[in-house]
Amino acid sequence: IASLVIYLFSEFDDAANLLAANPDATTISIDEPAEIPKNQRGRLQEPGREEDDELLGTDDSDKTELLAGQKKSAPFWTFEYYQTFFDVDTYQVLDRIKGSVFPVPGKNFVRLYIRSNPDLYGPFWICATLVFTIAVSGNLSNFFIHLGKPTYHYVPEFRKVSIAATTIYAYAWLVPLALWGFLMWRNSKVMNIVSYSFLEIVCVYGYSLFIYIPTAMLWIIPQKVVRWVLVMFSLCLSGSVLVMTFWPAVRDDNRRIALATVGTIVLLHALLSVGCLAYFFDAPEVDFPPSVIPAHNGTTVITRSQ
Amino acid sequence: FAGLADVSISEDLPVEGEITVPVGSHSPDEDYSTLDEPVRDTIMRDLKAVGKKFIHVMYPKKSSALLRDWDLWGPLVLCVSLALMLQGGSADSKDDGGPQFAEVFVIIWFGAVVITLNSKLLGGTISFFQSLCVLGYCVLPLTVAMLVCRLVLLAGSGTVSFIIRLIVVVAMFGWSTLASTAFLADSQPPNRKALVVYPIFLFYFVISWMILTFTPQ
Repeated sequence: IASLVIYLFSEFDDAANLLAANPDATTISIDEPAEIPKNQRGRLQEPGREEDDELLGTDDSDKTELLAGQKKSAPFWTFEYYQTFFDVDTYQVLDRIKGSVFPVPGKNFVRLYIRSNPDLYGPFWICATLVFTIAVSGNLSNFFIHLGKPTYHYVPEFRKVSIAATTIYAYAWLVPLALWGFLMWRNSKVMNIVSYSFLEIVCVYGYSLFIYIPTAMLWIIPQKVVRWVLVMFSLCLSGSVLVMTFWPAVRDDNRRIALATVGTIVLLHALLSVGCLAYFFDAPEVDFPPSVIPAHNGTTVITRSQ
Repeated sequence: FAGLADVSISEDLPVEGEITVPVGSHSPDEDYSTLDEPVRDTIMRDLKAVGKKFIHVMYPKKSSALLRDWDLWGPLVLCVSLALMLQGGSADSKDDGGPQFAEVFVIIWFGAVVITLNSKLLGGTISFFQSLCVLGYCVLPLTVAMLVCRLVLLAGSGTVSFIIRLIVVVAMFGWSTLASTAFLADSQPPNRKALVVYPIFLFYFVISWMILTFTPQ
């Protein structure tokens, strides 16, 4: 038995010597686990499906599930749990904003930028900025439109800030909730490869609202044509980001349901922008002589002298 | 000790003396009771602390006095006076006037709490009340701007007065933002400084907007 033990120890010694002699033998770098398997699987797949899988994100979907499980392990009543939702640096936030404004055709916003690290910083502060931008721009635009009139008295219209806040935060949080619930329900019926977590959907919606901030600032220009061109343009950009994100999630479903879902997403997005334009910005008046003032459905307090 | 070898103390001699050791260092708030001092001293001490912090805000140097001894008296006084001065706006139209007293209060305090939570969630090392203290005290330049605006509006409300008010409010807004970032920036992780500074910028911008758009009735 002693010789057996000595034999086993010598085996271990050999192994240790081997390792010491060749220290790179068993190095597995775990710095970027999402990168290495992605490249390997990319080579193994047929080239036809590669673009689809880029869009779908099947290559690292199970890895992202693992990573998501590792990250958010603190119990939800501790402060550290919520800190995991703010684990972004400045350049990451700027990259995500850029990705929402310039949609790359064929690339999925969630897989490309979020990469299982959804943050709540972007959605929250973009919504806050949008609320104040719309309220301030609307106020300024109404001021300039009605500037020359003798009976116009400027009011700051502070009530509209709370209305804007309710609308935009409700849109940015309730619509993702409804969409997530709907996708979960369809997932139970149809085997979908792609499923997004609630926070990822909130992230996409939050970042897609960024384009409306410069749009709201440009809506001060009191020309109807300019305003509607801006609406179309911003709707195309952010709508395309949303469509490219959610199309792979519903594509395998019944054709009509898939089209209805994507259509509803775009419709709600359009409704938000048109609604904000109609409520916060008065219609720019045509240049009539002062005796004929056309009736308009503005919401500022103006006493018209007849 | 050789000389003490033959010293003997008889049992019936009382041994008396003092056991207390005199304290070497005297720090200002030692354990002498502040209960017996006159009320005037107590109030003056707090007022002096508040006044010192006001001076620190107006001339922001890299001192840690604001952070170390935080208090919320100054922010309360500033917030109440700002909210009071923002009253008396266009009150005839009930819906579209300026902000009410409660709205200003809620915006300032809720905004400061949200910014503090934001900086803590991003990994800042400052404590909750220290951050509230700094953000509240840095409203001081904007309160001064409100005072100036009201005085200018007493003189008239034409274009010239608007330009004066605009310049004053913009200058005080810049001063507030720079003062608060000077105090808060060091406690933030280095690659997230912009993420922390931006909400502070938004906060003071909203307050400046409320001040600038104040129109008396």
